[in-house]
This record gives sequence, C-alpha cells and structure tokens, in this order.
Amino acid sequence: MSRQASRLVTRALSGGGHRSTASFRPFSTDLPAAPSEDTAFVEAWRKVAPNIDPPKTPLAFMKPRPPTPSSIPSKLTVNFVIPYQSEISNKEVDMVIVPATTGQMGVLPGHVATIAELKPGVLSVHEGNEVTKYFVSSGFAFVHANSVTDIVAVEAVPVDRIDPSLVQKGLADFTQKLNSATTDLEKAEAQIGVDVHSALNAALSG
Amino acid sequence: MAMAALRREGRRLLLSPVSYNSPVAARSAILSDELGPMGARSVSTQAVRNRMKSVKNIQKITKAMKMVAASKLRAVQVRTENSRGIWQPFTALLGDNPSVDVKKNVIVAITSDKGLCGGINSTSVKVSKALYKLTSGPEKETKYVVLGEKGKVQLVRDSKNSIEMNITELQKNPLNYTQVSVLADDILKNMEYDALRIIYNKFQSVVSFLPTVSTILSPETVEKESEAGGKLGSLDFYEIEGGDTKAEVLQNLAEFQFSCVLFNAVLENACSELGARMSAMDSSSRNAGEMLDRLTLTYNRTRQASITTELIEIISGASALTG
Repeated sequence: MSRQASRLVTRALSGGGHRSTASFRPFSTDLPAAPSEDTAFVEAWRKVAPNIDPPKTPLAFMKPRPPTPSSIPSKLTVNFVIPYQSEISNKEVDMVIVPATTGQMGVLPGHVATIAELKPGVLSVHEGNEVTKYFVSSGFAFVHANSVTDIVAVEAVPVDRIDPSLVQKGLADFTQKLNSATTDLEKAEAQIGVDVHSALNAALSG
Repeated sequence: MAMAALRREGRRLLLSPVSYNSPVAARSAILSDELGPMGARSVSTQAVRNRMKSVKNIQKITKAMKMVAASKLRAVQVRTENSRGIWQPFTALLGDNPSVDVKKNVIVAITSDKGLCGGINSTSVKVSKALYKLTSGPEKETKYVVLGEKGKVQLVRDSKNSIEMNITELQKNPLNYTQVSVLADDILKNMEYDALRIIYNKFQSVVSFLPTVSTILSPETVEKESEAGGKLGSLDFYEIEGGDTKAEVLQNLAEFQFSCVLFNAVLENACSELGARMSAMDSSSRNAGEMLDRLTLTYNRTRQASITTELIEIISGASALTG
C-alpha cells in the first residue's frame, strides 16, 4: 500500500517537474530577496519619460550575494572570471593564493574584506588535497566579508599549458628591447614584457 | 474534334480582319495591352509578372540574410554568455547606482553600424534621450559618446552639440577584449566624467532584447558616495592591498571596470542586433511570401479571364457564321 502510494507520489512529482520545466515558474524561495531594481531611478525615470519603459540595470540580472554570516564559515566561495569565460564560478574551496602587487596573498575563509590589485603571477586554488594553478596576467581580487572571493583577470592560463622555450625567448627579447629603448613609452612597454616573462619563468619553476 | 475544327475556323476568321495589325503571334496580341482582334480589350499580365519576379527575389534575399544572421548569432551568443561573469564582481563590490546625482555625465550609447535590424537602435536612442533629460539640470552637463553609425545618424538630428565622440566600424574584426580596452582607454582619456552610463540592448533570447543601462562612477565619486553612506558605505571596510594610495587603486579599479562592462555591453548588443535582424528578415520573407500568393492569384485570374474572352469571341464568331 505504501509502495503504491510512493509510486503515485513520484509519478505526480515527475509529471509536475516535467510540466514546470516546460513553463518555467520559479518557486518563491528561489526569487531574489533583495530588490532587483533601484526604485529611486525608476521613479525619476517615470517623471521624465512616462511613455517609455525604464531600462534594466545590472542588479536585475545578478543573483544576490549571501549576507555576512555571524561565524566564520568553513569554506571559501570562489569566482574566477576572465573576459572570455568564467573559469571558476561559485566553487567551495579551502584556500586561494593570489599574486597581489604586494606579494603572494593567501585567502582563507573569514579573511578580512580586501580589494587587491594583482600583478602577473600564479594563482593557486587549494581544494582538499588538489591544487589548481593558473598564471594570471593582472587584474583585481575582491574578498568580501561573507567569504566570497571574486578574482577578475585579463588573461589566465593553466600553468601546465605554458611553453618554456617561448618564455625564455620572450624574456631574452624583452630584456634586449629594454636595453635599447629610448623613449619612456618604449622603456615602460619593455619593462612590462620583462616583468611578465620573469613571472612566467618563476611560475614554471616554482 | 468538332471543337478543334471550330477553333481552327474561328482563328482563320480572327486572323483575316487583323491584317492591319503588326504580324505578331495572335496569342501575344491578345495578351499585350492593346486592342485585340474584333476590337476586344484584354488586361495585361506583364506588369503582374514583373512584380511577382521582383517580390520573389526579395523573398530569396531576406531568407538568405536571415540564415546568415542565424549562423553569426550562434557564434556570438556563446561568447556573450561566457562574458557575462565579468561585470558581476564589480557590481557585487560597488553596487549599482543608476540614480546617482553628479555634475558631469557621459552617456555611452551602443548601436549598430548596419541597418535592417528591427527597432533596437531606435529604442537605444530613445532611452539615451530620456536619460539625457533625466541627468540634465542646472550646473550639470551631459555628453554623448556614440558607438555605431545608426545611433549617430539619429542623435545628430537634435543633439548635435552634445555628441563628443563617435566610433564606427566596431565589428570590422571579430570583437575581442583588447580592442574594447583600447577603445575604453580612448574614451576615458578624452572625456571628463563623474559618472558613465552605458546603454545597450541585453540579449535575453532570440526574440527578446531589454534596453539596459550600466553605471560606472569615477573614483572621486566613489569616494564621495562611500563617505555619504548608502550602498557604497561598506566600501570603507575593505582593506586596500597594492598600489601606493587608495586613490590610485580606485582609479585602476574604475578603468578596469569600465573596460570589462563595455566589453560585455558590446557583445550583448551585437547579439541583440543579430537576433533582431533574424526576426526582421524572417517577417520580411513571410510578408513577401504572402504578397507573392496574392499576386499569383491575381495573375491567374487575369490570365483565365483573357482566355475566356478569347474563347467567347471565337465561339460567338463561329456561331454567328453557322447559326
């Protein structure tokens, strides 16, 4: 009797689930709790242009972030994005080490809120026993109070995809350009090239 | 058998009094726009046939344009969805303040270079003009930076003096971050701003595009707003690592934010343009098809009417002789 009942229930559930995927209606618990639009903006808009719908703002398209918990959480949530894709999104990890301009910075759950500017270097993500290393060109890292870390970089490659011979060649080229540079602009560009390639070298060896 | 004989007799009767006509085939004499034999008038089908040919060509062209837009859309859509993560960290950190009240506003309107893409450029321009009205006031100044030819053409008509920069041929090479960051650098160098507002059409689906405005504040405005409290009030709690001063880091942050948000906006607008072009060309080819159906009916009716007239003349002529 109870087996029949459970079978009927699962059939009803699967039927309901199938129907809900056809016509997407979110449950009330899934809807964002925070307001998805700026009411002051909408009101000001309606006064100026009542016939046109107000445009959307990025808040409407973003999932709201979790609030600051009262105790230190056990895991860190990491988002690592580059312009061409989101490498890591909402992954729970133990620690990340970011190459800030002031040196390698380790971020653990409960880290104080920080805005860090990044220099070319190795970003490593520690999850349990596995470590994933990426070489990032530069960017920013934000650590929020709710133990969510956002890392935005311009370019990132996994360290095992770097070609050592090209790194050496690049380093030699840019060192030579730096020595023969005349204008400030050329010097700055050559210096940047030398910095990046030395960091690549360090990433390969370290 | 009898009908054939009647027809032959009728034609012989028809041809003899027609000797004053130019010696063209009887058929085309009937179908052209002049007096047929026995003085009977026939409607021309030539004009309708020409119209049908041109409508069919238009249908083929618009169908081809739709296919091209669909194939390009597939590629750009993938890149757009991948780039959606890049602006979220900035909004998570700095919040979203479209109603911020500043003196110098710059409106960056993103439009397309090519036409035949439905109404998306007009909606962007309408939203830009409304935003201009919203942000204008005493002691405030608002300027436009227009990306794309279509936006410039529409804005130049009444706001010619407010357009500072116009950038066209953005999509000559496939869109990439390097190109957009150079463009962002250009804009930041040439414009003084307290707040930048980027207007673009966000790609929801192939048939739905939402006009969206993203606001980016200059570092000084960020400082002012964080002191004033509100959404940016919690910015003070963040420790700054790197750089010499907080101002320098905030400056770099603002520039980086602008280039990232602009990259995403340009991709979304390109996607919306292709989607809008697809649906515009689709409805165009459907309209052309309907027009072709109507024209075909008219053509057949005209043709059958002229054949009937010819038959009536033949038969009445023959029956006048025999009966």
